[in-house]
Amino acid sequence: MKQAAITLAADRGRVHSPAAPPEDSPLAISGLTVSYGDKPAVFSVDATFAPEAMTAIIGPNGAGKSTLLKASLGVIPRVSGEVTVFGRPIERARERIAYVPQRASVDWDFPTTVIDVVLMGLYRRIGLVRRIGRANRDTALECLDRVGMADFAHRQIGQLSGGQQQRVFLARALAQDADLYLLDEPFAGVDAATERAIIDVLKALKAQSRAVVCVHHDLATVRAYFDHVFLINVRRIAQGTVEEAFTSENLQATYGGRLATGHIDQLSLPGQQVS
Amino acid sequence: MNPLAEALLLQAGYNAALVGIGAGLLGFAAGAAGTFLFLRKRALVSDAVAHATLPGVGLAFIVMVMAGGDGRNLLGLLAGSAVSAWVGLWLVQWMTRTTRLSEDAAIGAVLSVFFGLGIVILTVIQTMSSGRQAGLESFLLGSTAGMLFNDALIIAIGGSLAVIATWLLRRPMTLVSFDPDYAAASGTNVDRIDLAMMGLVMAVTVIGLKLVGLILIIALLIIPPVTARFWTERSDHVIWWAGIFGGVSGYVGAAISASAPALPTGAIIVLVAAGLFGLSLLFAPARGVAAAVLRHRRFQWRVHRRQGLLAMARAEPIHDPFTLRVLGSEGLVRRDGVPTDAGRAQAAKIARDERRWDVARQIHLDAGLTGRYDGLTPIEQVFTPDEIAEFDARIGGPAPVATQGGH
Repeated sequence: MKQAAITLAADRGRVHSPAAPPEDSPLAISGLTVSYGDKPAVFSVDATFAPEAMTAIIGPNGAGKSTLLKASLGVIPRVSGEVTVFGRPIERARERIAYVPQRASVDWDFPTTVIDVVLMGLYRRIGLVRRIGRANRDTALECLDRVGMADFAHRQIGQLSGGQQQRVFLARALAQDADLYLLDEPFAGVDAATERAIIDVLKALKAQSRAVVCVHHDLATVRAYFDHVFLINVRRIAQGTVEEAFTSENLQATYGGRLATGHIDQLSLPGQQVS
Repeated sequence: MNPLAEALLLQAGYNAALVGIGAGLLGFAAGAAGTFLFLRKRALVSDAVAHATLPGVGLAFIVMVMAGGDGRNLLGLLAGSAVSAWVGLWLVQWMTRTTRLSEDAAIGAVLSVFFGLGIVILTVIQTMSSGRQAGLESFLLGSTAGMLFNDALIIAIGGSLAVIATWLLRRPMTLVSFDPDYAAASGTNVDRIDLAMMGLVMAVTVIGLKLVGLILIIALLIIPPVTARFWTERSDHVIWWAGIFGGVSGYVGAAISASAPALPTGAIIVLVAAGLFGLSLLFAPARGVAAAVLRHRRFQWRVHRRQGLLAMARAEPIHDPFTLRVLGSEGLVRRDGVPTDAGRAQAAKIARDERRWDVARQIHLDAGLTGRYDGLTPIEQVFTPDEIAEFDARIGGPAPVATQGGH
């Protein structure tokens, strides 16, 4: 599907796009508003994410990046807006989504082992009553192997380093064998080896025609890791391929005075030279 | 036979046997059902639920008397307590969600107001002329006097249902307790699971009211899971261990209270549970206090041993008395602080390992391995023998260590 032309900051006042979401978009959001109390954290956002691509959701702290993801998934309630996944309402497409929450969102002293966390990704398929069988365990181990954690399968999760915790969360998502992977800051506070391991897994997913959407905070790695960007600061600022939308004007519009202009130019330069 | 052994073997009479079996079953059900409450960190909500049962007991009594009944029909009283517990629970949820009150404030408000209301209603009942009101206050602290077969049957059936429901919902409840965001994102209805969790707690509270009383029931819901947590690192094992700890507490507690006159059953059960908790806190293998102290002492010992040997290798004097004691007790230094032959050999080995680590960090490419240098990990645990031989080749010659003492 063709990406819509870049939406610029000037467009921000628009309230709602009535256009029906494209059938093949892994995730299409229209008119999404989320508020904490009376203050919108995300206001009337439209977003259509590209299939078979890696998209970064970018914006300053408090811009609503994680909120956008959580509200789309129904983790937090939305005031308005519709979300479709592969052309169907999200409630009827849950099995096609895998979500990797922020590491800090759980209690790592919870009594469970690494492999048990990965098996949580299979609960939906196993159901309430059926026993967890050898085949399930093999699947979980294979997913752990893909993130380089097979040797840690029977460790208590409290013994893991931050990067290892993040890998276990990713392995749990892999166990779901989904078509759309949504990750909330997977690279936050992890070591360099883990960052490489995670990006390798994500690129492999893309190569298998899965869609990947990451909330991302490190502007320096956007070009190396992602194909598409979605810029947000409460409202949508811009969306498109990295070449189209990851420009100094859009970054300035997203971050305002918070990012030195020189810094933005430095980040955007390589891409503009290419194009 | 002494009275306690008699009670434990169910030989202390029909009533004592009923109480023992009932308390054991109740303990098992409460421990299992309370596990996820503890893991979800909502233990205190059950306290609000328990206290909120009291007005229901009183109102149910009044309604049954006005309808011309006895007023003390147990099922009727339990139904009343369930309704008012539900209202209390709903109020806690509602206040937390729609106002800025935090959950602990909402719990405090509901708990005290419902309890106060319940006491007022019970006082009013005392002044009523009709009905046989005696015995209602036993719902506060529990009572085993006059326990009937039907009472034990209610506990057995209700408790079994609670355990089965806990088992059936163990996966969604694990998911919601560990990672509610992920649970919601993968399509689990978190509110409904939370409600089910609370419903289970309420069910156990209601069936346990008569025996243990509403003030102490929270102990049976919370202490067994907390105790079980010391012994296992897996949530599904916590359920069964909590059930066993709860069951043992109930059974043994009931037996103790039956073995002597005028010992309050509910309170004794709670004290037995607390005893098991205390033992676990102190002596559990991995998480217990004793194990932690032991681990720390061993670690301290290794650090001092290593530092002492390094100082010895550099021919530096050792002043720290603990280091001298460590080295002395392993026969590495003499009483006057002079290294023994064994000490010199160990020091040379350790000095050589330090050189090996230096070389390893220069030539070995895997930062994951060289990063494991922490001063204590033996180099043989990190590198293979051929790798170590390679380091030695680079160091060259026999160990270049100043083993000759002298200052």
